[in-house]
Amino acid sequence: MASLGKIARRGGLYTLLGGFAFFGAFPFYWMVIATFKRDHDLFSPLNNPFLFNEPPTLDHLRLLFFETHFTGYLLNTLLVGLAVVAITLVTAVPAAYALARWARGWGETLGIGIFLTYLVPPTILFIPLSRFASFFGLQESLWSLILVYPTFTIPFCTWLLMGFFKTIPKDIEEQAMIDGLSRFGAMTRVVLPLGISGILTVVVFAFTLSMHEFIYALTFISVSAKKTVSIGVPTELVRGDVFQWGPLMAGALVASIPVAVVYTFFLDRFVAGFTMGAVK
Amino acid sequence: MSGPAHAAPSPAGGYGGIADREGALAKLLIAPAVVYIAAMIGAPFVLAILYSLSDATTGDPALRLVGFRNYREALTDPVFRLALRNTFVFTLVSQTIVVVLSRLLATALLKQFRGKWLVRFLILLPWTAPISLGTIGWLWMFDSIFSPIDWVLRYVGLLGTKHALLGFQTNLYWLGVPGLSMASVIMVQAWRILPLATVIQLAGLSSIPKDLLEAAEVDGATPWRRTLMITIPLTLPITSIAFLFGVVFTFTDLVVVYVLTRGGPVHTTQVLSSWTFFKGIEAGDLAQGAAISLFMFPVLAAVAIFILRMARRTEVV
Repeated sequence: MASLGKIARRGGLYTLLGGFAFFGAFPFYWMVIATFKRDHDLFSPLNNPFLFNEPPTLDHLRLLFFETHFTGYLLNTLLVGLAVVAITLVTAVPAAYALARWARGWGETLGIGIFLTYLVPPTILFIPLSRFASFFGLQESLWSLILVYPTFTIPFCTWLLMGFFKTIPKDIEEQAMIDGLSRFGAMTRVVLPLGISGILTVVVFAFTLSMHEFIYALTFISVSAKKTVSIGVPTELVRGDVFQWGPLMAGALVASIPVAVVYTFFLDRFVAGFTMGAVK
Repeated sequence: MSGPAHAAPSPAGGYGGIADREGALAKLLIAPAVVYIAAMIGAPFVLAILYSLSDATTGDPALRLVGFRNYREALTDPVFRLALRNTFVFTLVSQTIVVVLSRLLATALLKQFRGKWLVRFLILLPWTAPISLGTIGWLWMFDSIFSPIDWVLRYVGLLGTKHALLGFQTNLYWLGVPGLSMASVIMVQAWRILPLATVIQLAGLSSIPKDLLEAAEVDGATPWRRTLMITIPLTLPITSIAFLFGVVFTFTDLVVVYVLTRGGPVHTTQVLSSWTFFKGIEAGDLAQGAAISLFMFPVLAAVAIFILRMARRTEVV
C-alpha cells in the first residue's frame, strides 16, 4: 500500500517536471525542427509539423552562414562582450573589494546604493543615452554599446563581488602584510587569487548580459553589418516582408544554446546576488 | 586620511605611500565605479527628466523647457492610457502566474531524481538563452497559418470543423486578435521569468531548517499545516524578492511585446516601454518619449523601497 502511494507520488513528480521541461524547452525544439526542415515540408499546412515528412536538409544553415550577416553578428557580439567584460572587471573588482573590506556604515549604504542603480531600467535611460551616442559621434558604432552596457554590468557585478570578498577572512591579508606586502599588494597578490571564482562569475555574467541586451542595440545600431545577434536575427532575417523561417530559427538556435549551457552552470551564483541578505 | 569611522588603528595605517593608506586607497578603488555610474546612469536620468519637460525632437534636440505639457499630453492620449492599463495587466497577471508556478516547480526540484541536470537545463532555457531569440521561437509557434498549437487543436477536433468548440476557422490568429494577443504576450513573459523565480524560490526553500519541519511532523502537524504555518511564512521574504524582481523586469521591458506584436493589433498589447520606443525613437519625439518612460518611475521607486526594507530587516536579524 505504502509503496503504491510512493510510486504514484513519483509518477506525479515526473509528470509535473516533464510538463515544465516541455513548456520551457518546446520553443527551442521547434527551432531545431524548422532549422533542418525543407521549405516545402515546412510550408505545407496539412503535413504533421512535428515530424520530418521529407528528408532533413542543411540548406537553412548554409544560407544562414554564407548568405547573411550572421557570422558578423556573432563576431560583433563577441567583441562587445569581451570589451564589456574588461571594463566591468577593471571597475567592479576594486570597488567591490574596497566596499567589502572597509565597509562600516557608509560602505554598506554605498553598496546598496550601487545595487539599486541596477533597478533603473534601460527603457528610461535609452532616450538620453541615444543623445549621448550621437553627441560623441558613436551612432552606428559598436563603441556606443561598449560604453553603455556597463550601466547594467557594473552595479550588479559590484554587488555580487562584494559578497564574495566578504567571505575571504581578513586574517589572511593581515598575515600577508606582516610578511611585508603593502595594503595594495595584499589585495592583488593574496585576495584576488582567492576570489577567482567570484571573478569568473562576473566574467560570465558581464558577457551573457551583454549578449542578451536588446533595447540599446535596437536604438543605437541600424546598419545590418554592425548588429549584434540579439537584434540582428530578429530584425534582419526577413526578405521583403516575409520572415525566412528556416534560417531565422537556425540563427536563434545556434546563438542561444552555447550561452545557455554556460549560463546554466552559473545561475545559482547569479541568484545568490539577488537574494544576498534575504536568505541566510 | 582615515575618517572617524576608522578609529581602530590598522596594522599598516598612517604612513607609507598611497598603497598603505586605507582611507585614500578605499576612495581611489571605489572612484571609477562611482564616476561611471554618475556619468552614465545619474546624468542620463536627469537628462530624461529635462527632456520630459522640453519640446526636444530628434530633428531639433535643443533643450527648451515647456513645463509639464508632455505629461498632460500623454495623459489625454488614448493610446498612452491603454498602454498604462496594459502594462499593469501584463505585469500583474504574468507575475502572479510566475509566483504560483515557480513555487510548485521549486518544490518539485527540491526532490532527488534521475536526470536532474537535464531537467534543470531544459527548465532554465527560457532565462539562459537570449530572450529576443527565444521569443522568435514563439513567434513561429504563433504563426497565423503554421502554428503547431492550431495544428494540434485541429487534429483533436477543437478547431476548424463546423461544430468545433473553438470555431470553424482553421486558425486562431494568436497575435492578431485583441484579447488573445494579450494572453500570448503574457504567456511568453511568464515563460521567460519562471526560471529566475524558480531558482530564487529554490534558494528560499532549501534554507528552511530541516529539524523545524521534522519537529512539527513529530508533533502531529499535517503536511498542509506544515506548509501553511512554517514553509510559507519562512519563505515569504524570498518569495517577495522573486516577485519584486519579476515585476521590475516585466514592468520596464519591451522585448516580448516588440518581437511578437509591436504593440498591435491596434495598440491592444502596447505597454509603456514599447510606446516609449515607438514615440521617442521611431517617431523622434524625444520629449514625449521621455515623459512616457518616466511614468514607470513611481512603481520602480516603490519596488526599490520594498527591497531596501527587506535588506534592512534581514540585516538586523
